[in-house]
Formats: sequence, structure tokens, C-alpha cells
Amino acid sequence: MGNRTPLYDAHVAMGGKMVDFGGWDMPLHYGSQLEEHNKVRTAAGMFDVSHMTVVDIDGDGARDYLRHLLANDVAKLDGKPGKALYTGMLNERGGVIDDLIVYLRDPGYRVVVNCATREKDLAWMQEQAADFDVTLAERPELAMVAIQGPEALDKAKEVLGIEWTAAIDSLKPFQSVARGDWFVARTGYTGEDGLEIMLPAGDADGFWRALEKAGVAPCGLGARDTLRLEAGMNLYGHEMDDDTSPLAANMGWTIAWEPEERRFIGREPLEAEKAAGKKLKLVGLVLEERGVLRAGQVVRVDGSDEAGIITSGTFSPTLGHSIALARVPVSVGDSAQVEIRKKLVPVKVVKPCFVRNGKSVI
Amino acid sequence: MSEIRNELKYLSSHEWARLEEDGTVTVGISDHAQDALGDVVYVETPEVGATLAAGDEAGVVESVKAASDIYAPVSGEVVEVNEALEDAPETVNSSPYDEGWFYRVKPSDTSELDKLLDADAYRAESEED
Repeated sequence: MGNRTPLYDAHVAMGGKMVDFGGWDMPLHYGSQLEEHNKVRTAAGMFDVSHMTVVDIDGDGARDYLRHLLANDVAKLDGKPGKALYTGMLNERGGVIDDLIVYLRDPGYRVVVNCATREKDLAWMQEQAADFDVTLAERPELAMVAIQGPEALDKAKEVLGIEWTAAIDSLKPFQSVARGDWFVARTGYTGEDGLEIMLPAGDADGFWRALEKAGVAPCGLGARDTLRLEAGMNLYGHEMDDDTSPLAANMGWTIAWEPEERRFIGREPLEAEKAAGKKLKLVGLVLEERGVLRAGQVVRVDGSDEAGIITSGTFSPTLGHSIALARVPVSVGDSAQVEIRKKLVPVKVVKPCFVRNGKSVI
Repeated sequence: MSEIRNELKYLSSHEWARLEEDGTVTVGISDHAQDALGDVVYVETPEVGATLAAGDEAGVVESVKAASDIYAPVSGEVVEVNEALEDAPETVNSSPYDEGWFYRVKPSDTSELDKLLDADAYRAESEED
């Protein structure tokens, strides 16, 4: 038996097909992954993401510590309590230890890191904290529910009631608001509008069931993966890892190069890579004929003998054909070939983003 | 619990075979297989007229989650494929033993059916998965 979130009983009661995910018993789907996916694109769905790791960072040195630890610059959050920032946490070689969101709690910060990388993340964060006046506190007593889709905010307001309505109405994307132990952020991992809500574990079951009664579809990890892939969002361990540069993972925009005197961990190897010219980049692939692109398949591009590789691939329910993210030589043009079961199949090369707000963007 | 039909023969790789009254053999994948694969999005069937030996790759079924090869339970010539699966691959999920069949062969040796798993043997194997 794996770890269970406070929503385990609700998942089983709602017909969730439970699978092991990084040591947690999590729902893969509740019947049909495709239906769950489409519900998020057209109405509203909800995901249990309580397995993710929440860490609060406090102390006078918290800001300096995070400016050293993270490739993006938390100074961008100054004076904007509740604001969120997406960033990589890099090692000294410029590889990605994890990707995460950091929120300004004011005072203090909150970061949400991946469950699969929890132990190495916490060890690294503790190690780096030694030189700063800072305390790290994990918040395992919090559950986390993501409500996503064009109707997500309306459904959340309906369930949370009048005292949250004004707060949610005033939330801009990538902003959060806290009340007691409840923390509501307008963030997500689907390419749709929506909220990610952290709440006391004891409140989670009732909240989840109330959302379901309001018509929010429970969605499993399967739909979470096809939704994030359509949205062109990275998954740790696929698009990036300890040996992958953020520059080769479409994360260049998350690196704050200015001010130059901010020597964040991993800065030097990235500067060297940039000066030499990067060799690999992350692109989107579209397969218009039959078949499904899968992680690990080899990509052949014009102008390079080096092979690329598909980092994530799936059937796209919104587009009706297969899509993938792939790390390929920068010489790639607007088409490439993928080896599928010993056959070379032509694919279109596009920017790594396929669907936003329910619509194709390719 | 997935359905296992008593009148069918099975491969441990989750294909089923049914001897029809006209002497042909219909092939599909089991309820257990479609459940494990999840939503089916493509089915690649063999071509009509192709000759398959028992154990040959006869096609591929792709779900959102994974691709899985389909193996021929018996030898013979392919006489019909289920063209409806091209537009409605989800039929494999909703009706694995009836509308979701893959192809039919004229078997070259019907005694090959006796070498396949019967429902009890298949049930025992798929419970071990």
C-alpha cells in the first residue's frame, strides 16, 4: 500500500482506478480519461494534487536565499503579496533539480515542488539554507485540489460561498489569496483558467464531494498528463532532469539574467552554454496521420546527424491526432521524421504549445 | 471485474478467437485488455487477403496510454477486417467481444484453436497480472 491523500476514500467511492504514482495511491481515471480531458476543456474538472510537496520559507534571509536558490528572481514578487513565479531550481552544472512555483506569502514565501523529487529537493534546499537566516517548513497537513476549465472559477465560487466570491473575482492569473489555512491560487497545469487550492486535510473530502455535486468532474492523472501536454507544459523527468539544461527545455524565459550580479546556482554553466550557442531545443511535433507518438521515440531532423528524442507523446483529444514534445538539434526546420516501430513517419514541427483555452494554437 | 466469455478461446497476450458457424475465426481483444489499455484511439488491422501464421503480429491497438501489438491466435487468410474501428476505435472499449472485433480469418488448421487457452485457463492467467 502506498501513501494516501486525504481524498483517497472519495476517489474509490467515485470509481477511481487507483495506481501507484511515486509511492502514492492516485486515481489514473474514473472511467474514461478522454471524457475527463474534454470536461476540463469545455466545462470544469478537478484533480487531487495533494501528493505534491508544499514548503513554507520564512525568516529575514528568505528573499536572499531564494534569489540564490532559484533561476528566476523572486525580486519580481517584491511588493506584490500573493503573486506567483514559475522557476527552475538548478544544480551547479546548470541541470534542473526540479521545476516549481513560488508564491509571496508576505511575510515569507511558499513553494510547491514535485512529489517524485521531494527528497532530493528538500535535501538540496536544506543544504543551501545553511548560509542564510531562513527556516523551511513542510506542510504535509495541507491537501491540494486543482479546479480547471472555463467554468472552474464559477463552480469554485458556488461551492466556497459568498465570503470567497469577491476574493476570487479579484484574483488575476498567477495570483493567490490566503485565509487562515486556506490558500487559493489562480494557477494550473492544463492551459485553461482555474484555481489551485490548498486547504486543511480535514476539509478536503467535504470540499471535493461538494464540487462534484456542483458538476465539477473528478479527473485522474491520465487526463492531467494529456492536458498539460496539449498546453505544452513540462513534466519533470520527461522534458527536463538533472542533466538537462533549462535552455534545452523551453525554460529560457524562466531564467532571470538581470541583474548580472545575482549569482544564482547554475548561472555560470548556463552563461557558457548561451555564449557557445545552444545545441538542443524543445519543440512540438504534430502527427497528422494515424498512430501515436510516444516518449523515447527517435526524431530525425534535416541538417544534423544527431538524433532528437521525444520527451512526452500522446494522442491529443482536443486536436484528434497525436502530438509530442521533443528535444532536437537546433537546426530543425518545420518538418522532421519520427521512428515509430521501425518506420520513419513525417511530422510537423511547431512551437511547444498546442492548445490554449480550449482552442488549437498550432 | 472484467468479463471473460466461456465460449471463446484466448491467448495469454489477451486476444480472443471465436469459431463462427461459417468456419471462419473472428479475433479481438479481451475485456481485461481493453480495460488495462484505457481509451483506445487507433486500431491497425491486418489487410484483407494477408496470410498470417499463429503468433504473427496481426496489428496494433493504441490507447491514449500505450501501444500494444495484436498477435494472431490462429493461422489463415484474412477475409474481413472491422472497418468501423477506423472511425470509432472506442468500440473496442465499449464492446470488446461483439462490435469491437478486429478481423476474421479463414483458418488453415482449426486444430490450432485447441491449443489456445479456454476461459478458465485465461481467467487464471489474467488474475495473476
